[in-house]
Amino acid sequence: MEKTGIRIEDLHLSFGDTTVLAGINMEILPGEFFAFLGPSGSGKSTLLRAIAGFGPPPRGRILIGDRDIADLPPWKRNVGMVFQSYALWPHLSVRQNVAFGLEERRLPKRMIDPKVDAALELVGLLHLAERMPAQLSGGQQQRVALARTIAIEPQVLLLDEPLSNLDAALRVQMRRELLSLQRKLGLTTIFVTHDQEEANTTSDRMAILDGGVIQQIGTPQELYDTPANGFVAGFLGTANVLKGQVRDGHFETMGGSRLPLAHPRPGADRIVLRPQNVTLGPAGGEGIAGTVSHREFLGSSIRYLVDTADGQIIVDTLHSAGQPGQDRGAAVSLRVDSLNAPLLV
Amino acid sequence: MSDTLQPARPTGRFTLFPRLSGVALSGLAIAVFLMAFLILPVMQVIYVAFLDSRSGALTLQNFQDFFSTNLFRESFVNSFYVSAMSVVFATIIALPLAYITTRFTFAGAAIIQSLGFIPLIMPPFVGAVAMTLLFGRNGSLNLLLDQYFGVKIPFMEGLNGVIFVQSLHYFPFILINLSASLRNIDRSMEEAAQNLGASGLRLFRRIVFPLAMPGYLAGAALVFIKVFDDLGTPLLLNVNTMLAPQAYLRITGVGINDPMGYVISFILVAFSVFALWVSFLFMRGKDYATVQKGGGGLAKRDLSRREKAVAWGVILFILALVLSPHFGLLLLAFGTIWSFSPLPDGFTLQHFGTVFTQSSQYIWNTILYAGSAAVIDVILGTAIAYIVLRSGLVGRKWLDYMATAALAVPGVVLGIGYLRMFHGVELPFGLGQMSGFWGLIIVALAVRRLPYALRACMAALQQVALSLEEAAESLGATKSSTIRRIVVPLMTGGILAGFVTSFATAAVELSATIMLVGRSSDAPLAYGIYLFMQSPSGRGAGAALGILAVVIVAIGTYLSQRIIEKDRNRRAAAPGADH
Ligand SMILES: Nc1ncnc2c1ncn2[C@@H]1O[C@H](COP(=O)(O)OP(=O)(O)O)[C@@H](O)[C@H]1O
Ligand SMILES: [Mg+2]
Repeated sequence: MEKTGIRIEDLHLSFGDTTVLAGINMEILPGEFFAFLGPSGSGKSTLLRAIAGFGPPPRGRILIGDRDIADLPPWKRNVGMVFQSYALWPHLSVRQNVAFGLEERRLPKRMIDPKVDAALELVGLLHLAERMPAQLSGGQQQRVALARTIAIEPQVLLLDEPLSNLDAALRVQMRRELLSLQRKLGLTTIFVTHDQEEANTTSDRMAILDGGVIQQIGTPQELYDTPANGFVAGFLGTANVLKGQVRDGHFETMGGSRLPLAHPRPGADRIVLRPQNVTLGPAGGEGIAGTVSHREFLGSSIRYLVDTADGQIIVDTLHSAGQPGQDRGAAVSLRVDSLNAPLLV
Repeated sequence: MSDTLQPARPTGRFTLFPRLSGVALSGLAIAVFLMAFLILPVMQVIYVAFLDSRSGALTLQNFQDFFSTNLFRESFVNSFYVSAMSVVFATIIALPLAYITTRFTFAGAAIIQSLGFIPLIMPPFVGAVAMTLLFGRNGSLNLLLDQYFGVKIPFMEGLNGVIFVQSLHYFPFILINLSASLRNIDRSMEEAAQNLGASGLRLFRRIVFPLAMPGYLAGAALVFIKVFDDLGTPLLLNVNTMLAPQAYLRITGVGINDPMGYVISFILVAFSVFALWVSFLFMRGKDYATVQKGGGGLAKRDLSRREKAVAWGVILFILALVLSPHFGLLLLAFGTIWSFSPLPDGFTLQHFGTVFTQSSQYIWNTILYAGSAAVIDVILGTAIAYIVLRSGLVGRKWLDYMATAALAVPGVVLGIGYLRMFHGVELPFGLGQMSGFWGLIIVALAVRRLPYALRACMAALQQVALSLEEAAESLGATKSSTIRRIVVPLMTGGILAGFVTSFATAAVELSATIMLVGRSSDAPLAYGIYLFMQSPSGRGAGAALGILAVVIVAIGTYLSQRIIEKDRNRRAAAPGADH
């Protein structure tokens, strides 16, 4: 299958007077697995649905390959969409569901059957082809929805929170299957989720949305290591954001600590410290002085909340059996691995 | 969730005047139909009421004439009195039933539930004559009373008869609404009141009564207006001094230009609109609003042995009353001569023979009329539901309003409107005068039943998650293909239920029909019953026709319940709805 990219240029969209998407620009590469990640209400579904042709008409351009599809009705876009609710038609069998799109394309029946079989085979459900949707489990329904969409050989695949209706164990399994299927087909895919773990583990690159605006685009690791702003830093993983200023190759916090920097960024006024990059030492040692105010045992690690002159700092320490760790109320000093910590302007 | 609210995306972005799509064309056609066969005829009736019949000027003279004529003043007062008394008696019947089911655990609850719909499967005019034979001056009951106690009670004398028959027929409206609101009073509210020190009568007066009142009033308003508008029952009981019969008699007797029929029509419509508005006002936002999680009705308690006996007594008494029209109709239909005796002299199948051999055209006409009307209703209902809920068509809400407005138009008024509007309109193809053409009966039935069919279709479409349609579109199906392959099949249950209800109720409609029947060979069942019941010798056959009508309605009601249930079960097993 020929791979196609997606380009979105200056897309604006509003429901009546409420602006929901404001100036979206992005390019998704051919064959890429791309995630839209953001909190609930940030506009992810709206953006995805605009690509599929649903919702109020947006301003701006949506190109698939080099074809502007923004004015086409949904049925002319050749964009495969998997709905969060699966949207299987309850009055049609699994086979009829999967054949639907091919029939709409006026394919002769002898060409439809093998394509339906192939699609069902791909998701491992060929043996259930004659069942009705109501007779399938949630995971199976999800696979039928997927088979139904890939059967029409769409140019791009859109998935709106496809895993959110599955239970936790199945979710992990399905996301792996989804990824390997996508790799096998080489299908340009957009995956909407509010779950950062899902986005991190599957996507080649992702876009972080908030308030209808793209906050940052990049690989999961880029976004984690070099967040563009406080929102991205805080949304991906846990972040301690300390205020201060850059001076003499150091970040001087408001609380008076000097943290060494490998790449001082002039003008930066905040530093992002990840909990695992901070270590607890006995009181009086080098680093930021503080008092343990909370302690949460997480199994593989212990999370401490430490009150300091720079505010509360979250610290994760690896746990191994036999080590009691620090108690609540203990006076400690925090050593910080700040050399490569992200700086925000 | 929120996706379901937004209208579908228009196909082109920069078209100021979207080309007339299929949806717009259908919307337009429906609007024209409703205009021609509902709005304009009724408007014209109202207009004529304010018109000087000689000079053609606008005037209030007709109303002055109306209220200065004794007969009309009396009719007006009588209609009011009969409707109000029917509400009172319907309340007296419904109150104990609602009270027993909602406050006590009682084995007879199933009977009470069936009491809630048994009356409704037989239109009141059908049983009216049978009721005279049971409860009239020389009816079974009074003959027995006279024989043993030397007294007669005037159950069926004049207006009493109308009140008696109507309240027995319409009390379920109050029962259903009242029990629903009693059930919706949350137990925790009752407990909270008790906790704060209220109990017994005070509890009832301060908590139960105010909370149950809106439901009761909504039901009462409906009963009032149904009785106020009804033509068939007073006609069959030979009570002419009421508004609806006067309108009918003036138009058919004095003529199409007599203004009094129009004045009465205006009064009927005004009262209907007012009553519907009242009932809407009371019901708005009341559905289940007071039920909190884990609640569900007032605390129920067991009855003592004595209370149980009383409860059974009450229920069996009401059951006997409710079944008496049905029972009387059976006696009439299977009886030979029944006059001045508690029971018919003997039993026979002859009346059914008469009906099938001599009057089978009534049955065929009914099936043709009610069937066509129901087909029209589900087609219009489906189309309007789709346009209102799924399209972005400008003014789409008005289709709903127009169709629903039929609720406020009594059959007599619609009939008069048609006669006036289509009077003298000559049909092509040798079909003759439009106002005497049987096709107009079908249209009238369709218009009158449309509000109900429309609700059924709307409910069915609301069950279809929007994402099911979007999925089809994103797989390449156009709008029309999506409607044909996804939407309509998924609405089947609701559409069928709408069809059956429309059919069953249209089959026993009398008030618009009676005005529009041109020749007796064009007449349906209901009209046939009316004709037969005019003469004592025809009553047996009339009752036999009545039995057929009841069977049709009962089967229809049963089928539609089954369809709705089956559909609900299928949906319950279907995959999750929307986001
Ligand atoms: N049909 C609608 N009408 C009005 N506002 C809507 C509609 N659908 C979504 N919105 C608004 O658009 C915003 C983005 O919604 P959505 O794209 O569903 O967010 P996400 O998928 O990221 O949770 C929300 O603020 C939501 O309230
Ligand atoms: Mg969403």
